[in-house]
Amino acid sequence: MDRVTAASQALKRLVDSPVSVMEVCGTHTVSIFRSGIRSLLPPELGLVSGPGCPVCVTDQGEIDCALSLLDRGAVVAAYGDMFRVPGESGSLASKRERGFDARVVTSAFDLLAMAEGDPVKEVVFLAVGFETTAPATAALLIEASRRGIRNLSVLSFHKRTPPALASLSADPGLRISGFLLPGHVSVILGHAPFSFLASDRGIPSVIAGFDPEQIVSGLVDIALQLHSGEAALHSVYGRAVRPEGNRRALELMDRVFESRDSCWRGLGPLAKSGLALRAEFSGFDAEKRFELKPEQGRTPPGCRCGDVLTGRITPHECPLFGSACTPASPTGPCMVSAEGTCGAYFKFSRRGGGPR
Amino acid sequence: MCLAIPHVITEILDDGAAVAVAGRVRAEIRTDLIDSPTPGDTVLVHAGFAIEKLAPEESAELMNLWEEIRRLSGGEA
Repeated sequence: MDRVTAASQALKRLVDSPVSVMEVCGTHTVSIFRSGIRSLLPPELGLVSGPGCPVCVTDQGEIDCALSLLDRGAVVAAYGDMFRVPGESGSLASKRERGFDARVVTSAFDLLAMAEGDPVKEVVFLAVGFETTAPATAALLIEASRRGIRNLSVLSFHKRTPPALASLSADPGLRISGFLLPGHVSVILGHAPFSFLASDRGIPSVIAGFDPEQIVSGLVDIALQLHSGEAALHSVYGRAVRPEGNRRALELMDRVFESRDSCWRGLGPLAKSGLALRAEFSGFDAEKRFELKPEQGRTPPGCRCGDVLTGRITPHECPLFGSACTPASPTGPCMVSAEGTCGAYFKFSRRGGGPR
Repeated sequence: MCLAIPHVITEILDDGAAVAVAGRVRAEIRTDLIDSPTPGDTVLVHAGFAIEKLAPEESAELMNLWEEIRRLSGGEA
């Protein structure tokens, strides 16, 4: 018997009443679909997709800040996932088609050559992503500072995962029985920032990697904890995650960033859930340089991305899903990213009514 | 977006850069976030940066969990 089949049988033995496990990370969501894990789970075990797609939780007001800088003649660079996320006046992709200078980067360090190669232009990095991605932005700014680059700045819309999980785990309407925690965010943060989920909230939580064996072993660990009635923070991803996290990455982040309040699409404003540049790096702060202030964006009419991101509904329950909102013409951000919950559901379970 | 792909470092370049391969794909990566990068290290690469070295073996905790899973499944594996 292979490991995934064995885990599936163990789960069938352990889970005999309805439980709802949230997979926080969009990469987990995609892996769960791609591997067909859902079909191996007992019917009582429901998987709920969480807010772990940075593209999806970036607020529309933050996109609008980036679009406004294009209007002001700046070069705006971003990871490719961000290009089709709709703002009030289009997207980075649609602005680029109209001749504005929006550029895709695959690494934060691409910004160095971009800024040095075009010294008369203002070059702005739309920096999004969780703790996995933020250390790269920190490394970029330390290097840009060392080189004395003057025409580079950053819209720091990075978000911190623990405050979002604090909000979701305290929501009485959600009743999450267990958390499958994001493996690569945990590579950076380590165990401690997530330990409150078990110790304070009593919710079994397991850090897992992204292959099917990792995911099912994490689910069994959660089921064993639910069975025993004791909640703890465990990790099945010890190959990559040190309990103390990545010290170098944490030091870089701490040198460059401080926490600030931030608005999440779907979750709204959350205290200390974002990362702003520290005073020492304020010369690189695009919000200061261009006197911008992101305002909480308007939700497109009918869009229920907020309810999808918090696990209140599945994409199939949104009236726009698959009709007014498709990957070719997305209304909301959950459909834009391949790792967005709606994008993943559209690709993998559009037909046949979809998974539970 | 938090996808990270295992790569093997093949060459250390100047100024915190390295060459790494994943299957047939060769990439220049940053090593700012890991301690003493060395050719032969398997690293997780996310958005152009190695974010951690991968240990060669699974942890003892996970091996114990798989043992428990085998017992629960009544499996002979």
